[in-house]
Amino acid sequence: MKALLHWLDERTGWHGWVRDVVFAPVPGGARWRQVWGGTLLFAIAVQFFTGVCLWAHYSASAQTAWESVYYLQFEMPGGWLLRSLHHAFAQVVPVLLVLHLMQVIISGAYRAPREVNFWCGLLLLQLVVGLSITGWLLPWDQKGFWASRVPLNIIGIIPFIGHDLQTLMIGGAAFGHHTLTRFLALHAGLLPASLIAVLLVRAALFRRHGWAARESVSARDAGTPYWPDQALRDGVASLVVMVVVLYFVLRPWWTGDPNGPGPELRAPADPSEPYSAARPEWFFLFLFQFLKYFPAGREIWGAIIIPSFVLGVLFAMPIVGQWRLGRRFNLAFLAVLVAGGLLLTVLALREDAHNPAYQRAVTGADLEARRARVLAGAPAGIPVTGAVTLMRQDPLIQGPKLFAKHCASCHRFDGHDGTGRPVPEPQSAPDLAGFGSRPWLAGLLDPARVATTNYLGGFKARTGKMVKFVQKDVPAYTPEQKADLRRVIAALSAEASLRNQADVDRREAADLKAGAALIRDGLRCTECHQFHRPDEDATAPDLTGYASRAWLEKFLRNPAHPQLYGKKNDRMPAYGDQGILTSAEIGLLTDWLRGEWYESARASVP
Amino acid sequence: MATNNAPTGSDRRGFFRQGLACGVAGLAALAPAAVGLRVIFDPLRRQSATAASVKVTSLAALPADGIPRKFPVLADRVDAWNKFTNVPIGAVYLRRTKDDQVKALHVACPHAGCFVDFSPERGEFMCPCHNSSFSIEGRIATPGSPSPRDLDPLTVEVRPDGGVWVVFQDFQAGRPDRVPVT
Repeated sequence: MKALLHWLDERTGWHGWVRDVVFAPVPGGARWRQVWGGTLLFAIAVQFFTGVCLWAHYSASAQTAWESVYYLQFEMPGGWLLRSLHHAFAQVVPVLLVLHLMQVIISGAYRAPREVNFWCGLLLLQLVVGLSITGWLLPWDQKGFWASRVPLNIIGIIPFIGHDLQTLMIGGAAFGHHTLTRFLALHAGLLPASLIAVLLVRAALFRRHGWAARESVSARDAGTPYWPDQALRDGVASLVVMVVVLYFVLRPWWTGDPNGPGPELRAPADPSEPYSAARPEWFFLFLFQFLKYFPAGREIWGAIIIPSFVLGVLFAMPIVGQWRLGRRFNLAFLAVLVAGGLLLTVLALREDAHNPAYQRAVTGADLEARRARVLAGAPAGIPVTGAVTLMRQDPLIQGPKLFAKHCASCHRFDGHDGTGRPVPEPQSAPDLAGFGSRPWLAGLLDPARVATTNYLGGFKARTGKMVKFVQKDVPAYTPEQKADLRRVIAALSAEASLRNQADVDRREAADLKAGAALIRDGLRCTECHQFHRPDEDATAPDLTGYASRAWLEKFLRNPAHPQLYGKKNDRMPAYGDQGILTSAEIGLLTDWLRGEWYESARASVP
Repeated sequence: MATNNAPTGSDRRGFFRQGLACGVAGLAALAPAAVGLRVIFDPLRRQSATAASVKVTSLAALPADGIPRKFPVLADRVDAWNKFTNVPIGAVYLRRTKDDQVKALHVACPHAGCFVDFSPERGEFMCPCHNSSFSIEGRIATPGSPSPRDLDPLTVEVRPDGGVWVVFQDFQAGRPDRVPVT
């Protein structure tokens, strides 16, 4: 073995290489404060390794990007942890790099002959920023899709080349397949390759200059070799970083975060759906906040000119720092940058914390993300048209939006517009939360409630026969008649075949039978309504299958249908017959109102 | 530190050979470089289809209350190798001002392209990203707004059958003039 290594050394000189790196003298001996370079390299190595593992399971196209990330994170064992590590170290790398550069600036280690080392560090910082921005978009979720627009549009305002550069990055006029393939080529190809090139230059410079000496160390002090004392310290520091990362990554497990552990994966990208919770990564918040202060026409200052100027000053630091005053200037400049960055970050966080619209958007985005995960995990699987189809065809997602747009100017759903927002216009039609359920019907037949706007109070019908019946007849009921009324409610509600009442309907089959008989003959229902028996003289809506899917769809298509409200229809449009809603949309609205949507049988992941 | 003496004096042949070496190497790399750049720069030469009129909804779906409502715009879309029929390609806010008059605004904030949200409580469009706000007509609502222009109006046509057709188009963000994205 030894002979073989010797043979190899004669041909390659590897021993010298290793000796130069591993046994490079550290001036003044091993120090804890010198571990940051080592941990930074460790963090970059983690990114390369986890990145390649992610890449091996990623499929860059508009119909497969989200889907492949979903599959990796929620279906493959350990996938969520792999993504977590990559996502967490994507934050560790810039933090360590910035700390490292700050240390270099503070200690003045950028001075001759190490100017180029420092410039390499600044180049690394830009590459890391580029990696971060290109990494957002790859999962093709709502966040990536909408948040990436901002840096891309900023590129677009660069004079002369901006628009072309933007088109080249997007790969066309609109986001699509080629945006992903290009971003992947940047994120997993060009940028990491450039990063390696810069690191190699740094390594070559390191071979030349060795460890930076501290001022207190005399020139004659040869120092102690890197191996093993400093290496041990670097190793311990890397381990500490890893433990801290794992703590944050695994924390949702014991805090019971409803989103579960693993980095966020928002709902699949949809150009027609807003995403108001878009924010950059926390370490870019200061830039995000900074942009808010630049009025129209001057944003190029905030987005391009000032950041370029700051970068220029940083690049000039080794030159400026040759003079005593220059070093002080550098330190002051750094202090201003750090303080400004911190201040802007705090301002951005505080503004969001006091912005109810943003908070609501985050809650909504959480819900949609969880829903997308449930739908993608359904036995039916993800169709080839992508998971966005699942979202577009899901009653739980689309129902509230359709309700808010088309129904909520008159109706309410549990007091709001279906999506949880209050409605400024006064309510003029029933609250449809639980429509057709026993509690809802009990309210309709309650003398105290029937004439409120939650039931018939907003209609011409408030002076009609139904309200009169409930307000005059019902209060006079004997206890037996009240029990009959409860049976009638149960039987009428059973007509809807609501999923959440299936159990109780089955248990109380006998009562339902009695109730149905009472609707037909006992109470006065069939004086006006039909019920499982054609009646040409009926003047009120057919109660056969009341609030069932078919009944509700027919009602939404045309409430003035002769079997429904006929000429008594107050002002509700015929959503189907007038072409306001498609039959698919009517189906979604119906299913949502009736509580019919896919629910996962398995416990939430992982 | 290289201390070799570089060819000094009039070593013309050496100079010639150096030039030749560079030229030959460049020639060898020409084909891959040219074709690679040709493909990379392809999007600059490609023009996407011009804006077409798309039926967004029907007049009956727009109560004449002057409140903007968001509608997805469905159209055929070609994305590289895929052709999609009738998929959402964007969204518009529609507002019926008079009985047969409909105004349409693009949903993207002209500042950085975020999706603006109509807040019924405030009666304004709010951009969730950098706090631009716009009046119900789409005008910039606050002085010093980051947005360089009002929300982008789109041409609307109400056809005799009540169909609301919109000429849907994206505009470049971050500039005061309205330049369609092509």
